[in-house]
Amino acid sequence: MSTSANPEPTLPTRRNTDPSAKAEPVIGPKRILVLGATSGIAEACIRLWAERGDSLYLVARNADKLAAVAADARTRGASYVNFAVVDLDKTASHPEMLAHAINSLAGLDIAYLALGILGEQPRAERNFDEAAAILHTNFVAPVSLLTWLSNYCAQRHAGTLAVLSSVAGDRGRKSNYIYGSSKAGLSAFLAGLRNRIDREGVKVITIKPGPVKTAMTQSMKGSEKFADVDKVAATIVKAIDKGQDELYVPGIWRIIMGVIQVIPERIFKKLNL
Amino acid sequence: MAHPTATEEATTSGLAPFESWGRYPTYNATVRPLHWQGDFPGVLEGIHGGALAVGMGRSYGDVCLLKEGTLLQTTSMNRLLAFDPATGLLTAEAGITLAQILDFAVPRGFFLPVSPGTKYVTLGGAIANDIHGKNHEMAGSFGNHVPQFELVRSNGTHMLCSPRENPDYYAATIGGMGLTGVITWAQLRLKPIVSRGIDYEGIQFHGIDEFLDLKERYKHVEYTVSWIDCVSRGKNFMRGIFMLGDHSKDPGELKTSSKPKLVFPIEAPGFMLNRATISAFNTVFFHKQLKPHVKTVQDYEPFFYPLDAVLKWNRMYGKAGLLQFQYSLPWETAKEGTIAILREITNSGLASFLAVLKTFGDVPSLGMMSFPMPGIMFALDFPIKENVSFPLMQRLGDMTRDFGGRLYSAKDACMTPDQFKAFYPQWERFARYKDPALTSSFWERVTGQEGDR
Repeated sequence: MSTSANPEPTLPTRRNTDPSAKAEPVIGPKRILVLGATSGIAEACIRLWAERGDSLYLVARNADKLAAVAADARTRGASYVNFAVVDLDKTASHPEMLAHAINSLAGLDIAYLALGILGEQPRAERNFDEAAAILHTNFVAPVSLLTWLSNYCAQRHAGTLAVLSSVAGDRGRKSNYIYGSSKAGLSAFLAGLRNRIDREGVKVITIKPGPVKTAMTQSMKGSEKFADVDKVAATIVKAIDKGQDELYVPGIWRIIMGVIQVIPERIFKKLNL
Repeated sequence: MAHPTATEEATTSGLAPFESWGRYPTYNATVRPLHWQGDFPGVLEGIHGGALAVGMGRSYGDVCLLKEGTLLQTTSMNRLLAFDPATGLLTAEAGITLAQILDFAVPRGFFLPVSPGTKYVTLGGAIANDIHGKNHEMAGSFGNHVPQFELVRSNGTHMLCSPRENPDYYAATIGGMGLTGVITWAQLRLKPIVSRGIDYEGIQFHGIDEFLDLKERYKHVEYTVSWIDCVSRGKNFMRGIFMLGDHSKDPGELKTSSKPKLVFPIEAPGFMLNRATISAFNTVFFHKQLKPHVKTVQDYEPFFYPLDAVLKWNRMYGKAGLLQFQYSLPWETAKEGTIAILREITNSGLASFLAVLKTFGDVPSLGMMSFPMPGIMFALDFPIKENVSFPLMQRLGDMTRDFGGRLYSAKDACMTPDQFKAFYPQWERFARYKDPALTSSFWERVTGQEGDR
């Protein structure tokens, strides 16, 4: 794992207006940066943003998949689509990539972080490298991205940082506690970040999906009953527009996780969850 | 990332029953979704017993099934890749449904060049079955509007297929029942519209001569189809309603369709479909139109996709499922053959209500194995009744063969190898283009290779 000081470079601007001007409601298309753009939930959101004519900068590591997602966004009517093939595990590359993306979009209204892997829980229980890889992709890499982005946004008193965490982070369970702990760390980081920069005019949104039917979950038991990704995406897009702090989607998961969290540990530890 | 994710590891989901629209037959298969164009042929790693791409599973029999095999479901591979509003040329991944294409196209003033009876089929499935619509006389079948597509073979070869490039694979894949490879993306030529409306007319008729007269009188109209009563005898034999329509020329609002809310809630018990209920339905349907001739502007949804308003309507036929019998007969025998076959059906007492009669025009299909031929096409659903339905299907298949016609593979669960080889004598030439890793229960049945895997 590389560490990076995340210096914020000075950004040449291509806009006529001063991007550091006070936050005012964005009129017209939004400038959206999507990190992990080939994830199932991210792609469904991208389609909705494209259909309403937003500008998109898409980042993912697989060139062929990214090209298909970008072509779809363009065809659906996005005002502007650009993309970069980047392995976001390589945190050292983040500052340059982010600066380039924001230049390309001529500013930033929303950064949407959807990078993440499910990993293999049984393997990760015995193999630290597997566990570390899950923690790195799901927690360390987003922290690197958010450190840079939060400072960029805070300085301008504008912007929304919408991040996919998971209900799995609300309480560790034996079936997926490595993935769950990576998301728990991420949720805690986001809560703290929101506490720090909400007052600067930057929205931080913690999105906690329950199980959703996507490529990531197709091999999981019962996946045919998981939530429909298009409905989940519609809820997420609406919550981002509203600037909601925290979102459980589908909403029933707020109640389910509420119940799971209050089960006393002496009982919980004996359950098969 | 250096480590494999759960997705990239071979999925180990087991065999589970997979249903086609007719719900007969139903075979166990392992489903492996294709999410990306690059997933095939890598997805085949570690599988045994053959594979077959499947979209929405809306064909009726076993053309989209593979007993104990692997079904590669394409519906997540549904991206739009390009659209040129100047020409109407749309490029999309093969798993996109016609419903999704309409949601995109209608607000932009475009429509499908050929519409089947349901919009819940994929682009790839529409090509693989070379589907047809109510405008066959003018437009031909679906493949006539697909200038090119990409075919990926199980050995990893990518082929651009068009009338000029790989023309033999182009012809074999249109109507090729998914057996020639996996279609990753395709182009479709959409046509401009100015309104959702259809200038509709419905005209009652009695008998095939009146039907053929109406057909002749309205040959300038783009869409024509007839519902006919296959239950009544005597003076009501072959009564029906001739339905016709053109896209309205008066500009109207081009909004997207709302999503259907009705779902057929349960499997209807078998006794609900009997001669009395079906007879009553047919009489009501015939007289629903109170005047012998009505004229109105209708939305395209009820005109093209009346049954899509109720999701899972196939449950109406109960647990046993349904059989569809659909033939095309050449003009030389069309009239005499249709009368003879309908008489056989009426006398059997097994007919149900969804009977459709129309004519096919002479625009040649581009597919090697395409179904349409110039003449008359007829389609009817039968409930499955032990010991009665299957012998009737055999007799009807033989009659179709003797009249020089053919049955539609996409709707079939019953044709014998002998019948298939008579309907499609070019089948051996087609077999040369088949991908060795792909097969279907239909193909194994009609070529007599069941159990060879």
